[in-house]
Amino acid sequence: MQEHKIVAPILEFLLKSVVLILIALTGFAYTTLLERRFIARLQARIGPNRAGPQGLLQPVADGLKLIVKESITPALADKFVYFLAPAIAVVPALIVFAVIPFGSGPLFSLMGDLNIGVLYVLAVLSVGVYGAVLAGWASNNKYASLGGLRASAQMISYELAFGLSLVAVVLMASSASLNDIVKYQQPGNILGWLIFRQPIAAGIFAICAMAELARAPFDLVEAEQELTAGFLTEYGGMKFALFYMSEYVKMIAMSALFATFFLGGWSGPFVNEFPVLSLVYFAVKVLIGLLIIVWVRATLPRFRYDKLMAFGWKALLPLSLANVMLTALLIVLGVY
Amino acid sequence: MSSVRDILSRLGGIPVGFATVFKTFFRKPVTVQYPEKQKPMSARFRGRHHLKRYDDGLEKCIGCALCAAACPSDAIYVEAAENNNDKRFSPGERYAKTYEINMLRCIFCGYCEDACPTNAIILEPIEFPTGYTREGMIYTKDKLLEPAPAGVQGTPQATPAGKFERAILPFPPIDVSV
Repeated sequence: MQEHKIVAPILEFLLKSVVLILIALTGFAYTTLLERRFIARLQARIGPNRAGPQGLLQPVADGLKLIVKESITPALADKFVYFLAPAIAVVPALIVFAVIPFGSGPLFSLMGDLNIGVLYVLAVLSVGVYGAVLAGWASNNKYASLGGLRASAQMISYELAFGLSLVAVVLMASSASLNDIVKYQQPGNILGWLIFRQPIAAGIFAICAMAELARAPFDLVEAEQELTAGFLTEYGGMKFALFYMSEYVKMIAMSALFATFFLGGWSGPFVNEFPVLSLVYFAVKVLIGLLIIVWVRATLPRFRYDKLMAFGWKALLPLSLANVMLTALLIVLGVY
Repeated sequence: MSSVRDILSRLGGIPVGFATVFKTFFRKPVTVQYPEKQKPMSARFRGRHHLKRYDDGLEKCIGCALCAAACPSDAIYVEAAENNNDKRFSPGERYAKTYEINMLRCIFCGYCEDACPTNAIILEPIEFPTGYTREGMIYTKDKLLEPAPAGVQGTPQATPAGKFERAILPFPPIDVSV
């Protein structure tokens, strides 16, 4: 009996991890296709539709291509860090999923109910940027180091506002557990969602999430026109694929986090009767988030470097601080 | 420093941009699925070369190689041979025994068309030269020559003596005594 108490949870944890990683990797592959097809339609094009029906095998073809590419290491690169950087970029993107509740009940989340979930998310996402910074530094290439420099500056400017927007959420739910935050939004109607009760925090979170993802309009880190490919310049083959993967897995993670914090997570009608429905609701919300991320990329041009810093420090930070104060005030006054 | 009102008025442009992009989603894509479909081309479009025939099935090309001389990228190779009444290819004295165009060198300028005295070579918007090998991109005469009109025999034809009087006899022996 004693053995089962130890072995069973470990086995459950391992099984869940494997399933989760498989879902994340498939999700990553098909997010690339979704983005390419969707952005093509937003630009009055068709997009990749040749490999398999409607281009459904395109991710497989891309993956195969990247696997058979020659793996090149620059002669003057810092070899150890150069190989380490892609892993540092990918691992945080994957382990964010550990605390996200995908559905109602402990079965649908990896760590169950982590009571410092929000802190975990912030900590893990901040580590992700080291991938870009170290890659830029280790490549020993001027474009790459500029990209890495921009990555670090950009992340510092946005991390604070990002965290403060979540402080407002934590204040409202009076818990830092992601599951509690979802449950807090669940009772009542759709207006219980925090996006309607914390619109400023939601907006700041969305903007900072974009910056964190380093995607257009905040893709200064890669900025093809100015920096060749930024920190990715010297990477090819599977190492490049890992960076690519980290970007898209992070995209899914950010979309899932936004759904959890502001769109009521897995909550929806008939969830208590049919727990499986909660998975569907969550998936739909994440998908909508992904489509919006692509929509933003198709619409907005890139920020100028200095304006990005100014925007982060002079607009977003004061705004999020004011929002935290306002929220605290309203809670003390008993409005919320 | 711009005023708050300035900033707000400029922010107003952002939703307009999002709406424009969203509207594009419902537009028909402008992409043409190329190998299956082609964009309509002007009748004067300089596509690949075709060697033309007369209505009686004879080839217009007389093997003069003026096209090869005019070609700025040296893509045309012509080797001429003599016609005779039993085996006649063209109404002229000679015909092109070998006619090759290297489509990888060709720049589709159409100078060969201009140079041709019999309008035998025409660049037409019918298909584009494509291929997987360099050898396959050298178009030989059988690829370039258009088929004979329906109901007419192709080349070589047997023609009655005297019909094409300029071409048939061998050169007279050269008088070395002068």
